[in-house]
Amino acid sequence: MDAIKLVEQEFTKDKNVAAFNAGDTVNVYYKIREGNKERIQQYQGVVLQKRNSGIQTTFTVRKISNGVGVERIFPLYSLNIDKVEVMTRGKVRRARIFYLRDAKGKAAKIKEKRG
Amino acid sequence: MSGLIGKKIGMTSIFGKDGKQLACTVIEAGPCFVTQVKTTEKDGYTAVQIAYGDRKEKNSPAPLNGIYKKAGTTPKSRMVEFKGFEQELSVGQSLTVDLFSEGEFVDVVGTSKGKGFQGVVKRHGFSGVGMQTHGQHNRLRAPGSLGASSDPSRVMKGMRMAGRMGGVRVKKTNLEILKVMKDQNLLVVKGSVPGHKGSFVYIEK
Repeated sequence: MDAIKLVEQEFTKDKNVAAFNAGDTVNVYYKIREGNKERIQQYQGVVLQKRNSGIQTTFTVRKISNGVGVERIFPLYSLNIDKVEVMTRGKVRRARIFYLRDAKGKAAKIKEKRG
Repeated sequence: MSGLIGKKIGMTSIFGKDGKQLACTVIEAGPCFVTQVKTTEKDGYTAVQIAYGDRKEKNSPAPLNGIYKKAGTTPKSRMVEFKGFEQELSVGQSLTVDLFSEGEFVDVVGTSKGKGFQGVVKRHGFSGVGMQTHGQHNRLRAPGSLGASSDPSRVMKGMRMAGRMGGVRVKKTNLEILKVMKDQNLLVVKGSVPGHKGSFVYIEK
């Protein structure tokens, strides 16, 4: 096996990469360390894209916070991600749904996947 | 100082204990074979000569083939001497990544990537001359003055100018070993290492 994949394997093998896709609404449980204390922060939004690149794989989550669009990029294999909960499956036609940034009203709604 | 010869595999990143993503280089180190042990009586100095990397016998010089034969190994492509090896070694012995442990700091020597003919801004970190605006032109990445005028009437030796860059021996010091994978002969060191993928590097402790 490729030596680089072998090194990355330790961090990548436990997580299910295919668990969610662009268009899905997810809830990310992110660990935050303050001094010695550790707490979990939740961040819920729509997945805009997933950038597959071995251990550097990241995904972008967008949400509207107090009327302002907020996007956050998470490293998928980060040890600070406690878990990623899939709330709803979205029905979208592309892998990167950046059109959502400019879409307003009904166009900004993503239909739920059935079945 | 003890060490090994290895091959740069490439770069990736791993997550540290505090959750930080650390850029690292994967090096295939060893197994190296001891080909000669130099002693003060015989050679005038003490050192251990080790070899790594396979090559065909017909591609290896005949005098070296004799050394490999004596050591009981196949012809190797890289050979290096280390002075003051920590452990006692005998000819024919093999050395593996066991030499290193996690958390240790090592120096890595390699041949840097060739950059071709480069100007002084990239090669020596000059700032260039003047600005892009205010009527300035064609001096943006120039070296500026090369020295004084009629006294000394010449350019001083060693004046830094444009020229070939890279492709020289570079030593990168104090790299932390993040991981040792004994079964695969792999070392993971923090940060970058000189040279392109597949190039030979010396890892010194």
